[in-house]
Amino acid sequence: MFRNQYDTDVTTWSPAGRLFQVEYAMEAVKQGSAAIGLRSKTHVVLACVNKANSELSSHQKKIFKVDDHIGVAIAGLTADGRVLSRYMRSECINHSFTYESPLPVGRLVVQLADKAQVCTQRSWKRPFGVGLLVGGLDESGAHLYYNCPSGNYFEYQAFAIGSRSQAAKTYLERRFENFVDSSWDDLIKDALIATRETLQGEKLRSSICTVAVMGVGEPFHILDQETVQQLIDKFELVVEDEGPAAEPDAAAAEEGAEEGDAAEQGGDADQGAAPDQGVAPMEI
Amino acid sequence: MTKQQANWSPYDNNGGSCVAIAGADYCVVAADTRMSTGYSILTRDYSKICKLADKCVMASSGFQADVKALQKLLAARHLIYQQQHNKQMSCPAMGQLLSNTLYYKRFFPYYSFNVLGGLDSEGKGCVFTYDAVGSYERVGYSSQGSGSTLIMPFLDNQLKSPSPLLLPALDAVTPLSESEAVDLVKTVFASATERDIYTGDKLEIVVLNAEGIRREYIELRKD
Repeated sequence: MFRNQYDTDVTTWSPAGRLFQVEYAMEAVKQGSAAIGLRSKTHVVLACVNKANSELSSHQKKIFKVDDHIGVAIAGLTADGRVLSRYMRSECINHSFTYESPLPVGRLVVQLADKAQVCTQRSWKRPFGVGLLVGGLDESGAHLYYNCPSGNYFEYQAFAIGSRSQAAKTYLERRFENFVDSSWDDLIKDALIATRETLQGEKLRSSICTVAVMGVGEPFHILDQETVQQLIDKFELVVEDEGPAAEPDAAAAEEGAEEGDAAEQGGDADQGAAPDQGVAPMEI
Repeated sequence: MTKQQANWSPYDNNGGSCVAIAGADYCVVAADTRMSTGYSILTRDYSKICKLADKCVMASSGFQADVKALQKLLAARHLIYQQQHNKQMSCPAMGQLLSNTLYYKRFFPYYSFNVLGGLDSEGKGCVFTYDAVGSYERVGYSSQGSGSTLIMPFLDNQLKSPSPLLLPALDAVTPLSESEAVDLVKTVFASATERDIYTGDKLEIVVLNAEGIRREYIELRKD
């Protein structure tokens, strides 16, 4: 996108019928670090990459509990995300107080979307610069929604937002048909693998990612670092075990390489996708 | 010409009694389960005790509709606190919040007589006693409700420390163990049930200590 004479404020249309300020706001989401969400029939998993500015600082909080049955992962301007999370929490508390029942996720995302839309139609406001992956449970099961700065929202089986999210989306597109009936462990494993895809070779460690789960009979909670590291080790261990059996080349590469790359290739073999075996030993 | 009197009251008294006793490392909060109106019984099985936070329990007697509204409000406020501070509210903090909430309606009060019991940040038992508009004080023990006039003097006799000005000097009251406190509560309610028509049916006892929260039910006279 290049600067043009129709992009100064949000209340100006371009001749092609575009609102550039809104599109720039969506760019802000693409610049943020990745957030991933997937759901089965009964559970929703949210995962995100936590990149700290420097080794000295703590990392940004990108996953928020909204209520026992709703959680949100954000990408983009985290300050805007915090404000919207506070709004969501407030809405949930008010609904629970009045109706003595949990706010259905579907209603919450509409309220969020309407709030975002207002900021696209006031000359004294700016759009929120944050994308939200809202996961929640209601009477009809588990749901995952994506709320845009534009005020649009969509429901997804699985989705990824933020920088390098395309790699995660590609992985999720290959696997999403299996998610509906996935078990707790498999769903989280898929979330972690998708997260790893966005890291482009960097080793996946629990210190740089956060994973949160909610499900039927399981209130929203963020998994602690130890649990996440154990889950990472478990599926990477499985990968190394199967490597020698499935692909001797990949096994040799794994012993040599210290990067996640080889594990990734072994991981592909683990998924049992035949075409990947041909693609695998690129680094050798 | 006499002053016009209201022919309808927004309040009702549902009766019942509440007690709380603080120990060195525990707190006992108890209330009967009878809910009445006038000379009738509405139900024999209504809990007047509400857990507000991990270490904080409130028992309230008076107009139960106002009590319910008060409990809901405090629960919602506690949720907000947890989201903002990432931790549970301490009992003294909840004590102040309850006081402020009650005074907020100084000119149309919650008809709710409360005792708050729990553990403070050092793990010691604490009890706070309130009037309907939020005046409160931390004490070692307290009772509220229709049976409080019968219960309080007895608790004073058993638990109140003798004045340090007395001569010859008397020992300070020996600290009560948890089981002694629970027995005292059972005795006290059995007595109150005898003479207070609004107290009876069942006694609900909640004990908070370092291990967590424990609940007990004892039968009382049903007449």
